Amino acid sequence: MAEMIMGLPKDEHFASGHRACAGCAEVLSIRHILKAAGKNTIVVSSTGCMEVISSQYPSTAWRVPWIHGAFQNAPAIASGVDRALKAQGRRDGVNLIVIAGDGASFDIGLGSLSGALERGHKFTYIATDNEAYMNTGIQRSGATFPYAATTTSPAGKKIHGKQEPKKPLPFIVAAHGIKYVATTTPSNLIDLNKKTKKALAIDGPSFIHNLNTCPLGWRSDPAQSISLMKVAVQTTVAPIYEIEDGVLKLNQRIENRKPVEEYLKSQGRFKHLSPEEVKKVQEYVDERYNFLLENDGKKLFDVLF
Amino acid sequence: MKGIFEASLAIAHGVRLSRPQVIPMYPITPQTHIVERLADMINDGDLDAEMIHVESEHSACSALIGSVAAGSRSFTATASQGLAYMYEILPIISGLRLPAVMAVANRSLSAPLNIWNDHADAVSARDQGWIQLWAESSQEALDSVIQAVKISEDRGVLLPVMVNLDGFTLSHVWEPVDIPEQKEVDKFLPKFKFDFVLDPNKPVSIGNVATPDTFMEFRELQEKAMQDSRVVVKKVNDDYKKAFGRGYGDGLLELYEMKDAEFAVIGMGTLCGTARVAVDNLRKKGIKAGLIKLRCLRPFPEEELVKVTKNLKGLGVLDRHISLGFEGPLYTDIKSSLYGKNDLQVNSYIAGLGGRDIKVGHIEKALTDLTKGSGGGWLK
Repeated sequence: MAEMIMGLPKDEHFASGHRACAGCAEVLSIRHILKAAGKNTIVVSSTGCMEVISSQYPSTAWRVPWIHGAFQNAPAIASGVDRALKAQGRRDGVNLIVIAGDGASFDIGLGSLSGALERGHKFTYIATDNEAYMNTGIQRSGATFPYAATTTSPAGKKIHGKQEPKKPLPFIVAAHGIKYVATTTPSNLIDLNKKTKKALAIDGPSFIHNLNTCPLGWRSDPAQSISLMKVAVQTTVAPIYEIEDGVLKLNQRIENRKPVEEYLKSQGRFKHLSPEEVKKVQEYVDERYNFLLENDGKKLFDVLF
Repeated sequence: MKGIFEASLAIAHGVRLSRPQVIPMYPITPQTHIVERLADMINDGDLDAEMIHVESEHSACSALIGSVAAGSRSFTATASQGLAYMYEILPIISGLRLPAVMAVANRSLSAPLNIWNDHADAVSARDQGWIQLWAESSQEALDSVIQAVKISEDRGVLLPVMVNLDGFTLSHVWEPVDIPEQKEVDKFLPKFKFDFVLDPNKPVSIGNVATPDTFMEFRELQEKAMQDSRVVVKKVNDDYKKAFGRGYGDGLLELYEMKDAEFAVIGMGTLCGTARVAVDNLRKKGIKAGLIKLRCLRPFPEEELVKVTKNLKGLGVLDRHISLGFEGPLYTDIKSSLYGKNDLQVNSYIAGLGGRDIKVGHIEKALTDLTKGSGGGWLK
């Protein structure tokens, strides 16, 4: 049994000395996901920040076997790994984790993800979402939060940032009929740890949506990355829930929701918002959270895998 | 076992005999019969492999990355738009130095949409680091698959191999084929052994970032492996000939009536069968005609080509693809190989695009053009 600190294992499977920005929440998430998974793990990464900051030849931050191919194909690579291990009789006891950003998960790799889910491979997909193509310089993705300014959805005089809602990826994934879908943020590492373990124990596909502060892209204080995630949870911008066997379960029912303005005000990507637009964001967040409240405890999806 | 089989089934037998563990596949005309027959073999229990029914060709190649990196011999097949869709992943497989074999039932590229044979798909992909073998017959297609596995997994090579067969004009043609016995193939083909495998007991990182300081060295190593693989392609062909009694020239080029030939044509795939007839016909008329079958497009057999064209007066190049805005790609490669070495007339012919028949008369024309010191153009 590994030595524990505050209930979390002391072992590190993601080495320090990587090239992530100061205050990057995503790399902290990955470190803790690997703590939960342990050393009998194979990681498949999509192209993106986490791949670039961790793997510059001749160094690597990965202490577990790791592979990267392209941007949109990590689930397909994982499919090959899964079946090869099975064919060789060494599938049991090995965690297979895909780590992919929001561009890879919500946009370019959605087909690859959907295919791997439909085939029922045993793997855990972690969508590390920082709400834009950060690696290429903060461009808008299907996961970008409404009204957020990015370099391709700038806060112009006429059009104020992203005009569309966020793609509901956890629900799209759950609609594939998989046993376990969860959301989490690195503001609660125990939650992240538990959900990772739960996901890895599923005999089939499982999915975790992991929202992460990107101080560079969000224009937020790098020292406040984790606090900002807490505010995201308290304002219900980041609702924390699981969809287990098709049943929605809100893990934290936020009774006294903080106004969404508290989340928006500390981020440069929202500083252009008018009071009316802040109100619209509040409505958007409330609408989504109320839907979750109304359906808490209900079976929303048939389970196929 | 001898019998009359469709080339796609012959390929499937070649795959079965090679004992792959993983077969990611996505259907596309005219590759479908290959993967259908493999599915039959798996579901009937004749082939112990995992078929991954991927949702695209992009994912077929990607799953191949995962399965080979995890230590399993793997195979896939595609054609045309499918190969184009794989394009992004082709150089990743070769750049990662993953041994794998893919059959391509060659077909034109859209638009206009056309499901018939030409060589646009694979010839366009020639720069992506895959060894490319081109088959003339069903038998050669089967034998090439088994050879390709051995070439690809050679420790000095570790590069993927594409086995090309003309869509429909070969993939759907029934011919006599000799299917080797499993125990004979097992003797020829050792078990898959790969040193860089995803294994928690021995962690490796695969697919890292390389900066301008290191990238060129990776490419240089890859190019060296590609250049050196000529010897392996030849040796595997020789060994195969010893084991099964069949070989294809020196593995790179196969020659027909070339000993005293003055005028020859060169091309790839099934058109070579037609060319043999054209050569025979002209020989009857007293013209010293010959055929050079290009079996291996990459690595390109430059030295071998110079040697076999030494005494030729003229060479007609039959391209089933055109590099739009320039010329036939084989013509470019051949001129470049002969430049400053052999001084002979080289004519370029664009033929058989989008499934247009290449007839004996077309090739006779190409050969007789050479005797007149003229020619070249589109054979329609």
